[in-house]
Amino acid sequence: MYSYLLPEFAIERNEDRCIHCRVCERQCATDVHYYDAEMDKMFFREEACVGCQRCAVFCPTNALFIWPHPAEYRPNSSWNREKLQDLKKQAETGGVILTGSGNDKPYRIYWDHLVLNASQVTNPSIDPLREPMELKTFLGRKPDNLEIEFNKGEVKIKSELYSNVSITTPIVFSAMSYGAISYQAYKSLAMAAKKFGTLFNTGEGGLPLNMRKEYGCSAIVQCASGRFGVDPEYLNAACAIEIKIGQGAKPGIGGHLPGEKVSENIAVTRMIPQGTDALSPAPQHDIYSIEDLSMLIYALKEATNYEKPVSVKIAAVHNVAAIASGIVRAGADIVAIDGLRGGTGAAPKAIRDNVGIPLELALAAVDKRLREEGIRNKCSILAAGGIRCSADVMKAIALGADAVYIGTAALVAMGCTLCQKCYTGKCTWGICTQDPYLSKRLNPEITSQRLTNLLRGWSYEIKEMLGGMGINAIESLRGNREHLRGVGLAEWELDVLGVKGAGE
Amino acid sequence: MLMKKNYRSERHVPAKDIEACGLFGVMNIEGQKFGALKAIEAIKNIKVRGNGLGGGFAVYGLYPDYKDYYALHIMFQNKDIKAKERTEDFLGEHFEIIFDEEIPTNPQVSLFCPPLVWRYFVAPKKGEAEQAIPDDEYVTSRVMYINSHIEDAYVFSSGKDMGVFKGVGFPEEIAAYFMLDGLYEGYIWTVHSRFPTNTPGWWGGAHPFSILDWTVVHNGEISSYGTNRRFLEMYDYYCTLHTDTEVMAYAVDLLMRRQGLPIEIVAKIFAPSMWDIIEHLPEKEKKLYATLRTVYAPLLMNGPFTVIVAHHHEMFGLTDRIRLRPITAGAKDGFVFLSSEEAAIRHVCPDLDLVWTPQGGEPVVVRLNSKDHLKSLNKSI
Ligand code: SF4
Ligand code: SF4
Repeated sequence: MYSYLLPEFAIERNEDRCIHCRVCERQCATDVHYYDAEMDKMFFREEACVGCQRCAVFCPTNALFIWPHPAEYRPNSSWNREKLQDLKKQAETGGVILTGSGNDKPYRIYWDHLVLNASQVTNPSIDPLREPMELKTFLGRKPDNLEIEFNKGEVKIKSELYSNVSITTPIVFSAMSYGAISYQAYKSLAMAAKKFGTLFNTGEGGLPLNMRKEYGCSAIVQCASGRFGVDPEYLNAACAIEIKIGQGAKPGIGGHLPGEKVSENIAVTRMIPQGTDALSPAPQHDIYSIEDLSMLIYALKEATNYEKPVSVKIAAVHNVAAIASGIVRAGADIVAIDGLRGGTGAAPKAIRDNVGIPLELALAAVDKRLREEGIRNKCSILAAGGIRCSADVMKAIALGADAVYIGTAALVAMGCTLCQKCYTGKCTWGICTQDPYLSKRLNPEITSQRLTNLLRGWSYEIKEMLGGMGINAIESLRGNREHLRGVGLAEWELDVLGVKGAGE
Repeated sequence: MLMKKNYRSERHVPAKDIEACGLFGVMNIEGQKFGALKAIEAIKNIKVRGNGLGGGFAVYGLYPDYKDYYALHIMFQNKDIKAKERTEDFLGEHFEIIFDEEIPTNPQVSLFCPPLVWRYFVAPKKGEAEQAIPDDEYVTSRVMYINSHIEDAYVFSSGKDMGVFKGVGFPEEIAAYFMLDGLYEGYIWTVHSRFPTNTPGWWGGAHPFSILDWTVVHNGEISSYGTNRRFLEMYDYYCTLHTDTEVMAYAVDLLMRRQGLPIEIVAKIFAPSMWDIIEHLPEKEKKLYATLRTVYAPLLMNGPFTVIVAHHHEMFGLTDRIRLRPITAGAKDGFVFLSSEEAAIRHVCPDLDLVWTPQGGEPVVVRLNSKDHLKSLNKSI
C-alpha cells in the first residue's frame, strides 16, 4: 500500500442494514472488508478498494455503497488528482505505473458523434420480423473477379479461390490469452463463439490441447512475438491465424505474464517451464520490415496448406493506412486494427493513455486507402478497440469494417466492471486471475450463455437498424458512409471519416 | 476508364439523387422492327409514375444504313455552338466522321430548355500506340472524355445501330419532340418516365442511361448505393451523375461487358438468394452461388429496384431479391413486354398470350430467336 495517498474509493456501510453475514469479506479479492468477532462488527480498509462493486452487488441487504472518494486536492485542471497520485506513487517506488483495461481518457469518441440513417417514403424499411435479414459475413481474401466457364449448360468457376471463414454475425471475440484471463473465462469465450457460429481469439497464450478438437474450428490462433504455444498442430487446429504485431492499448510494447501465474496447465499450453515469466518482446524479432512480415505470413500459410486465412493485427498508429496497405500487399487476408481504446490485461499507463489514434479515424483511413489502391477486396478488415454496443458495430461496418472484435464488451458480459486492476491478478469477477478461489466464480456454462445472449441481443439490434435503412444483408452496409452523418464534428474530422455532417 | 474527379474527402462527393420511375420495354424476338407507338402508349398509361421531369427512349435496330459505325447522339446544352465546335474538333481528332446531322425535332412541341441534339456516325481513328485497344474501350474512353471535359456537351448514346432520345418532360412529350412515332423503327424499345424528388432541369440527367449499345432504365432506390459505388471505383468507374441508375449501369458494364458474365449469373450477384436457400441447394449450385455472393458482395443491389437493360439481341428485366418493386412480363406472338405495371402492357396489347410476375431476383431474359424468357415463367408467382 502506498503512503500518503487519498483512497480512490469511499465505502459506506449502512449499519442498520448490515447483518454481519461476511459475504463482502469473502467476495473481496483485496481484503477490504474484515470482521471483528469481539465487537461483532464489520470494518473496512478503504485504501485497498478498487471499486469493482462486487461486494455491493453481493451484499444481501444492499448495505454497501462504494463511490469515488469525494476528497479532492485544491482543484487544478492541469494537476488533477490522478496526475498527483500517480506522481506520488512513482516518487515512492521509482517504477512504471501499470494499469489494465482500456484508455479511459476523454478523447473524442467518434461513435457518439455519428448517427445512422433510416428509410422514409422513397424506399421502404424492411421489417426483420417478417423478412429475412442476413448478417452472415466472410472473412478472408476475395479474388478481383470470377472467371466462369460455361460448358454445355454446366457452369464452373475457373478462378482460384482463397479460404474464407464464415461467421453468423459480424462480431468476433478479441484476443484474450489463457494466462491473461482464467481458464473459465477463456473457455466461456470459446463455448459462446462455437454456439453462436462466430470466432474467439486465443491471444498469444496458445490453445489448450483438450480444447482443440471441440473449439479449434471456432478459434483464431495467434502467433505473437513470444511464439507461445505455436507449433504446426496448434496452427492446424484453428480456422484462422493471426500474427499479432501490436495492440491498441499498448502499441509498440510487448507483454509480461509473471511466473507466479504460469500454472502447470498454462505452462503446457504456452510450452514454457512452469513458474517462469512469459515475456513477449515488443517487436517480433523475425519481423523488422514488411518483407519479413510477408515471409512469416507465407510460412504460416505453408504450414497450414493455404487452408486458413492469415490475419495481421496492428495497433492504430499515425500512418496506419500505409501500414495496412503494406500488410495486404505482403499477403495478409485479414487486417485487424486495434484502436486507442482497446483493452489490455496489463500496460504501462503512460502508453495506454497516450499512444495510438482512435479506431474510427484509423478505420476510415485504412478503408479509403485500400480502396484507392484497388486492394480493398483482397482482405477483410476487423475493427477492434472501443466497440460498446450494436450501434458501434453498425457504424464501424459503415466506415468500412467487415466485422468487429469485441474484448472489453465480452468481459463486461462476463461480469467485469472495468476496475482496471487486471494486472494485479486479483480480479474479483474471476476473469483476469489465475487464483482458483477467484476463477471458480465463473461457471463456463452460465458465462458462455451470457456471451451468446450478448451476441444475440446485438444481432437483433443490428437487424432492426439494417431493416430501418432498407438493407437486408450486412454486406450492403460495408463502407456505405452514405448511411452515416456526423454531429458536432470539425471539418477535418468529417473529411477523415469521409462522412457528411448532419443536414449536409 | 472513366474520369476521376478529385475531392478533398469523400465527404464532398455529392449525395445521390432520389427518384422513382415508370419503366416499359418491348422486344420482337424475331427481330422484326416496329414503330414507337407501343412504347409511347404504354408509358402514357403509367403517367403517375413520372412527374414530367424526365423521359426517354432507347431504340435498337435504328440505323441499318450505318450499322457498322458508332452512332453518337450528343446534346449541346443551351444550344452552345462553341461546345459543338469543341466536340467536333475532338471527334475529328479521334474518329472518322462518316456522316452527321441534327436530330430532327418538332418545333411545335415546346419543352423546358431544349438543347441542340446532333448525331454523328463515326469509326475509331486510332494512333500507332492505340492499335491494341479494342474499339469498344476506345469509344468508351472518348465518350467519357467528352462528358467530363467538354463543357455543355453530353453524349446520350454511343452504340452501333441504336440510339437514345431523352430529355426533360413527360416521355410522350419527348417522343413528340423528336418525332419518334413516324421517323424511327426498331426491334427493341425501352422507355423511362422519371419522378425525381429534386428538379435537375438537365436533359443529360434523363434516362435511359447508356454506354456503347448498353442501355439501362431503372426504378427504385438502392440502399447499398455507397457500397456499390465504392466497389466500382476500384474498377475505375467514377459516378458523375450520382444516381442509382448510373451505379447499376456501371455494374452491368463491369460484369457483363468487361467480365463477360451472362445475365443469369449477374442476376445472382445483384439480387442473390438468401443464404438459407443457398445452403439447401445441390452441392454444385451451392458452391457457385455462395462464391458469387462472397466475391461480389459489394455489388449486391440492396433495396427496391426494377431494372430493364438492353443491348443488341437481348433485353432483360430484373427486380430486387425480395421484390420490393414489381416487374411484370407479358408475351404475344413475337413480342415480349416488360414493365413496372401490368396495366401498361395490357394497354398496348389487350390480348396477351401470357402474362406473369417473376420472383424477386429471377431475371426475365428476352433474346433474339429464343424462348429464354419463358424460363422465368416457370418460376413465376
Ligand atoms: S455483505 Fe452486506 S450484509 Fe453482509 S457483511 Fe457485508 S455489508 Fe454486511
Ligand atoms: S477483468 Fe476483472 S480486474 Fe480487469 S477490469 Fe474487469 S473486473 Fe477489473
